Amino acid sequence: MNVGLQHYLIVSGLLFSIGLLGVVIRRNLIVIFMGLELMLNAANLSLVAFSRYNSNLDGQVMVFFTITVAAAEVAVGLALIVALYRKRQTAHVEDLITLKF
Amino acid sequence: MPQFTDILFFGLAGLVLLFGFLTVANPFSRNPVTSAMFLVLTIVSLAGLYVLLHAFFLAAVQVLVYAGAVMVLFLFVIMLLDLKEEEHRRLKSGILAVGSLAVVAFVGILLATLLKAKPAASAVAGRLVEGDTAKLGTLLFENWLLPFEILSVLLLVAMVGVILLTKKDLK
Repeated sequence: MNVGLQHYLIVSGLLFSIGLLGVVIRRNLIVIFMGLELMLNAANLSLVAFSRYNSNLDGQVMVFFTITVAAAEVAVGLALIVALYRKRQTAHVEDLITLKF
Repeated sequence: MPQFTDILFFGLAGLVLLFGFLTVANPFSRNPVTSAMFLVLTIVSLAGLYVLLHAFFLAAVQVLVYAGAVMVLFLFVIMLLDLKEEEHRRLKSGILAVGSLAVVAFVGILLATLLKAKPAASAVAGRLVEGDTAKLGTLLFENWLLPFEILSVLLLVAMVGVILLTKKDLK
């Protein structure tokens, strides 16, 4: 049995699902954020695998860009969480119900 | 007789999924610091998978940027906010059940699609690309120069935004 594109895509899909699980079931904003990071990493893995098996390096350049944007996104997101914590003294989504109908 | 790289792939893939699961749904600890530590392990195992895919430059960037910079930021914020009381909250079983069901359904759709797409996804062995730094750098500065420059502006904007957001009193 040879490891091919299929195997990498399955690992990537499962990792994405794990990230989604974290976003759905956890109530702590920071852990939800970590779930988002896992999902981004899963997308990166499938891009690298596609790039490798289609003999096209553009996919890896795309991953390079994704990693940079993800770093910027983490910085802004964590700053938002810090600002929120200053105002509401919580980082727990169940306490943030002002907009709840 | 399986090849050595195949064994390595299954080992690393198992580690990625195990550590990823322990990041978001650790049955023993709900502490965000534990989650962050398992996220570091997930990211390092993913870098191993990148090496298996011959994306050496990306593996190095993954470890430097994610396991280095991003995780330091995460840990810094976790330590800055006092999240002790979060651990004592209980997950609602309704949310847990509905969420798990939705994710299982998602995995089902994903696997069904992947298995259906099997014939189309045949790899061309023999002329696989190597993701070494020189080739990637040439490509980056020839075909992708404009997105690269725009990205640097994005980083600047993000930095200014973060400083503004975390200021105590805006005037």
